[in-house]
Amino acid sequence: MTDKPSLPIVENFSRRAAVKGGFATLGAAAFVAAVSPLRQAASDKSAAEFMQQHYTELSPEQKADVIARLEAETKQNYGAEVTIGDDRPIPGTKFVYAINLSVCNGNGNCVEACHKENNHDRSTNQSYIRVLEMPMGTMDMEQGTTTYTGAVPKDGKFYLPVQCQQCDEPPCVDVCPVKATWKEEDGIVVVDYNWCIGCRYCEAACPYHARRFNWKKPEVPAEEVNPDQSYLSNRIRPVGVVEKCTYCLHRTRRGKLPACLEACPTGARVFGNILDKDSNLRWILENKRVYILKEELGTKPAFFYYFD
Amino acid sequence: MPRIANLFFTCVVCVTAAMILIAAGQTALRDSTHTGSDESHTVRDASVHVAQSESSASENSAAKTFPIIVRKPIGPPRIELAGTDPQGRSASVACSTCHSVRKPNLENVSAATLDEFHQGMTFEHGKIACYACHNPSDADTLHLADGASVAYEDVMTLCSQCHSKQAESFAHGAHGGMNGHWDLNVGPQMKNNCIDCHDPHAPAYPKMIVGFKPKDRFNEPTDPAEH
Ligand code: SF4
Ligand code: SF4
Repeated sequence: MTDKPSLPIVENFSRRAAVKGGFATLGAAAFVAAVSPLRQAASDKSAAEFMQQHYTELSPEQKADVIARLEAETKQNYGAEVTIGDDRPIPGTKFVYAINLSVCNGNGNCVEACHKENNHDRSTNQSYIRVLEMPMGTMDMEQGTTTYTGAVPKDGKFYLPVQCQQCDEPPCVDVCPVKATWKEEDGIVVVDYNWCIGCRYCEAACPYHARRFNWKKPEVPAEEVNPDQSYLSNRIRPVGVVEKCTYCLHRTRRGKLPACLEACPTGARVFGNILDKDSNLRWILENKRVYILKEELGTKPAFFYYFD
Repeated sequence: MPRIANLFFTCVVCVTAAMILIAAGQTALRDSTHTGSDESHTVRDASVHVAQSESSASENSAAKTFPIIVRKPIGPPRIELAGTDPQGRSASVACSTCHSVRKPNLENVSAATLDEFHQGMTFEHGKIACYACHNPSDADTLHLADGASVAYEDVMTLCSQCHSKQAESFAHGAHGGMNGHWDLNVGPQMKNNCIDCHDPHAPAYPKMIVGFKPKDRFNEPTDPAEH
């Protein structure tokens, strides 16, 4: 599309422009406080990384260079040999998830599977999934808690796993001042971790609390690093950027099921391509009464819940 | 003067245009006679091509390349004998070893009334009798409601008689765990069968203990850095 990388300042599309704008409007002190994790991030940013273009503007050769650099950095910082793919949407697919809430018992195996699959920080047990213990009779996720422990399921409760809903009208995308996050053709909302400035607007805008911020450099022991990675997905994220569930696009765009689904011992999770009229998802939508969370907000999630 | 120059220039332009037109016309003529047969060839090729891609597309949607593999239980259970032979070897025997010489009690519905074998077994599967599922005339198989015998490997056929709702959901990927591929054009999908998750004698899904918890603001008073 774009022939040659031009000076990024010409459009209000660059993080450098936004950073400058931020200084001008907020005042230096307030801005520095607001983006304090960014200072740490900036200090370990290589010159090459700082000069990198937005993902969607990279030519194939530039992408290959960036990916080679990231693989080398992972080797250097984490001691792990990884391959970072550039998985693009499969034409004719739109990914949708559904969860059977009559079956989910809140055991949290999906939460752990996500943690491992997506190379999350070990010390904070980070994961893109939260399982809420809900009182019977409501679908208002704000009434749920995640602090339950012990044997599940408990009487009078049901369990609501919440992760990014890959909204068709994603408020998180609208608020990003530098377009570091966007929705792709198969419905997955992605983040260019090298473009994100860590302002956390998107985290605040997401009604499902689905975004996570890297407060510190993720710690992952070399032997635990999942080496099957993708640029827009589970490669180890830098400190000071926001991340989120990508429906495991490094797996699902290669035809595989997401890690959380494979880990679910109760079979509550269903994943598939809604454009395929023979898919599991289509059958569920046609035969079960499905719910979506916070429907009134008009975010149009690609994530459904049902009871049977 | 400029008038004559203009006229002269117009003449030159006209002649050039005429030359180009004629040349082009001749080339076109030559091309059409020459490549006439080639063209029809190309057209036929294209139609074959389209037909081929159409047929492969319909194959893709109808018969997917890779199967959905439902795990099968291993055959009839074998009973470990408590004692050992004089050489100290233990052994296991088939159900039919005992059951072919004992008279089946078709009424029995509980392990509590058994006086010799299978004692202490938990049985919580409605009010059905042992012989609702186990085959009284061949202990190494099960049987359906109509009396037809069914192998232990095909236990799902038996379960589906009563649990047809679950069987229907299972058939549409909406009941039961799985792994592998969502896209059967890329690879196979493996699914559990009923008794991988449900003990046939006490089928309620067991309670589990919650293990892993993220340490985030939803769980703890948290990190001061977050405020
Ligand atoms: S759930 Fe949140 S992060 Fe995901 S697309 Fe919707 S608004 Fe964005
Ligand atoms: S934190 Fe979110 S809103 Fe801010 S730059 Fe990164 S992706 Fe965009």
